[in-house]
Amino acid sequence: MTTTPALPTAGARRSRLPAFFVHLLRLLASLALTFLGLTVVTFCIGRVIPIDPVLAVVGDRALPDVYERVRMELGLDLPLYQQYWNYLVKLLHGDLGTAVLTARPVLEDLMRVFPATLELATVAIVIGVVFGVPMGVVAATSQGRWPDHLIRLTGLVGYSMPVFWLGLVGLLVFYNALDWVGGPGRLDVYYEDIVAPVTGMLLIDSLLSGDTDVFWNAVSHIILPAGILGYLSLAYIARMTRSFMLGQLHQEYILTAQIKGLSRTRVVWRHALVNILVPLITVIALSYGYLLEGAVLTETVFAWPGLGRYITFALFNADMNAVLGGTLVVGIVFIGLNLLSDIAYYLVDPRAR
Amino acid sequence: MSVETSPKPVTWHDWLLAEAPQSRSQARLTRWYANWLALKRNPLAVSGVIIILALILMAVFASWIAGQSPYAQLLTARLEPPSMEHWFGTDELGRDIFARIIYGSRITLLIIFLVSIVVLPVGILIGTLAGYFGGVFDMFLMRITDIFLAFPRLVMALAFAAALGPGIENAVLAISITAWPPYARLARAETMTIRRSDFILATRMQGASALRIIWSHIVPLCLPSVIVRLTLDMAGIILIAAGLGFLGLGAQPPAPEWGLMVSSGRSYLLDQWWVATIPGIAIFVVSFGFNLLGDGLRDVFDPKGL
Amino acid sequence: MSEGPLLTVEDLHVAYRGRSGPVPALRGVSFIVGRERVGIVGESGSGKSTIGLTILRLLPQSASVSAKRLCLHDTDLMAASERAMRSIRGRRISMVLQDPKYSLNPVITVGRQIAESYKVHSGASTREARRKALEMLEAVRIRDPERVFDLYPHEVSGGMGQRVMIAMMLIPEPELLIADEPTSALDVTVQAQLLVLIDELIRRRRMGLILISHNINLVASFCDRVVVLYAGRIMESLKASELAAARHPYTQGLLACRPLIDRAQPELPQLTRDPSWLDAPDESRRGTGA
Repeated sequence: MTTTPALPTAGARRSRLPAFFVHLLRLLASLALTFLGLTVVTFCIGRVIPIDPVLAVVGDRALPDVYERVRMELGLDLPLYQQYWNYLVKLLHGDLGTAVLTARPVLEDLMRVFPATLELATVAIVIGVVFGVPMGVVAATSQGRWPDHLIRLTGLVGYSMPVFWLGLVGLLVFYNALDWVGGPGRLDVYYEDIVAPVTGMLLIDSLLSGDTDVFWNAVSHIILPAGILGYLSLAYIARMTRSFMLGQLHQEYILTAQIKGLSRTRVVWRHALVNILVPLITVIALSYGYLLEGAVLTETVFAWPGLGRYITFALFNADMNAVLGGTLVVGIVFIGLNLLSDIAYYLVDPRAR
Repeated sequence: MSVETSPKPVTWHDWLLAEAPQSRSQARLTRWYANWLALKRNPLAVSGVIIILALILMAVFASWIAGQSPYAQLLTARLEPPSMEHWFGTDELGRDIFARIIYGSRITLLIIFLVSIVVLPVGILIGTLAGYFGGVFDMFLMRITDIFLAFPRLVMALAFAAALGPGIENAVLAISITAWPPYARLARAETMTIRRSDFILATRMQGASALRIIWSHIVPLCLPSVIVRLTLDMAGIILIAAGLGFLGLGAQPPAPEWGLMVSSGRSYLLDQWWVATIPGIAIFVVSFGFNLLGDGLRDVFDPKGL
Repeated sequence: MSEGPLLTVEDLHVAYRGRSGPVPALRGVSFIVGRERVGIVGESGSGKSTIGLTILRLLPQSASVSAKRLCLHDTDLMAASERAMRSIRGRRISMVLQDPKYSLNPVITVGRQIAESYKVHSGASTREARRKALEMLEAVRIRDPERVFDLYPHEVSGGMGQRVMIAMMLIPEPELLIADEPTSALDVTVQAQLLVLIDELIRRRRMGLILISHNINLVASFCDRVVVLYAGRIMESLKASELAAARHPYTQGLLACRPLIDRAQPELPQLTRDPSWLDAPDESRRGTGA
């Protein structure tokens, strides 16, 4: 856990900043490498299609020289690594191809749909953290007693739920039967296109433009899908928090805190919890990633016009460009989350510096 | 409980609990028995096993339990609510849902089985090779693992399934491609620990080749933790498979795959809720069973709660 | 200044809950501590660490504790509520643990940990607590207290960490300090310095000290009285100055095991343990307060 105790030298604190940048650079290099790998994978997937892309363009009645011409145009006669290079270059310029359905550049489509998913995932993760962390703490401090069992059970149930099914049942119960929440989609029909899209996230945009009734309508629509996704992430976060806390509660510094006469609350929240912030950040980042996964299915059920629905629609229409473009974006988000959590460690854990 | 030097132990039970085992196989069996006892005492694990056994029984004895064909359509009996004749009601083509659920268990088991036999060998192979040989080879393999880990599994599986086309084999392939990385990591970590131990050194001094060492010594030691991890992940794999089925990328109609059933029942959700809801419950129960077992295994093998 | 002993322990029994029944840790221990230094010597498993935890009522819930008396002055520690105990811990009885690598919170600066100790019992402001903490750091002979205040536990050496620990435990000005192997994790050279420091602070504040150790030399040279613990029972209790005339064979054995640098010894004697000691009647004599 600790390095050999060295006597601190004067100015040790000042030298931390450049070390941080070195660390950051190394991190970015590693992530860039992973990103490259990602592009290789998407490129390969694109190549694995059983459908001959040339035939998709010319049809299967074309003459041989037409076939050859289109083949050359599509660059398919080039060696594989060169095709990959072209692909990569285009990617870095933001050219992800054109979507079949919308006939617009894939990148443009993605920029349009991504905020919806971002909004959904963010509300869900907030729910997950706000409820999940305290639940995990309570479960750890009451280990073996009924709150612990109840929380663990809730978590296990959350892990086992098919999210698409939960969405359907949720709509059935809370929308159709009880009418407590809004239905599928982000807004009721007559609220659409009122608010100017600034960030693409309705909750923010509607507040910015002062349309509070749009805001509340958006809330009523987001609450169920975000609640469901939130429940799933809560299950994971609570479980991990519990596990980390249990690990801490047996440490000797907890005894020290108790000897000092601190209250149980203070010992748990002020001393133990701060020690698990680092792994907790990882968990939250991972959970956010899983939420993006869950969003794919949830958006289908709730007709939520986000990235997930975009990808699945593209899938049904055999629009490989759109599918791969969307997959790549999700991958980038994951990598970004990785980066953010690494930076967070550095800031939070004094031992990391 | 100690074993006397007299040749006959008192009972099998005593022999298995011996504190001073006489042979290597006895030592191994002793350990397994102790774990088995601990597992039996764990209510989570027991409930999980019960559910999984029920699943297996359902699949094996499907024709006896179901009583009706899962494919027989009777368009005059469409969308009937649960009744004595049709315990779970009928779907949009008049097929008995109960029968479809029972037969669907076969598909679920098939997917579990196929994914396991792909993911385990691939993961262990890559992991042990990377861990044993180290160096550039290791770095390269771990980079690949990282890339696959960097992707959310469902989205990746979606992309592969999109490229490969719908169908259960493609779905299994897509899931397997995205599922193997954690096992490779695990196997690699174990290999790196074991690689340095004395008995491996001794075997090397005896002239055993690397492959032989990996196969006979390292792989058996990696196996338990990888299998435990697989059990833990199995619930997630089932959910992903169901998700793919829901999106129409798994087994194709008229197969009674549970995810597919939820999807086709979706249009009738308002008035005939059972068509979509009941298959979802089945998915939940199986997934829950694996999670229970996984938690129980975790309690026994790694009580720190991680 | 109050008359009478600080801490009275009479017939203390502590058992932990094991997998197959209770595991006894202390079996009928009795002693008294006044404003003096009492050393408790014992090997691993003798129950010596349990004593400190029991006095502070910090044993796990599953442990069973019973005693005829367990009092700090007139306050019954057995019957006190948890809230009452919280005001006793730190404020009236404190404990220094063995290894600052583990006993200090790794993500909070040492200064803040010391200040917290002061704040919780005095309700002082953060600024006031910081000032007091800096004073305390000086009192434990740490140079440059301002700089050390902002260091994290992994940035200080073992000896410094223990000084921080002492500062943290003495800042609320308790009457009794329990030191559980305070020097065992330190280099020999640092050990002596630390003990001198503890000695000075205890004397100046007229506190009582219970020093728990496996090292009989340490205890003999540092304490006024020595209590010898074996298998949860007190074998002998005597003044440190009279240690050479110890009567119990276990104590004699402990003394004989010490390697002596000034005398030739063909073989270092081994400690033999007579199983009859396990059931010996309680040998503790009440020492008079110093």
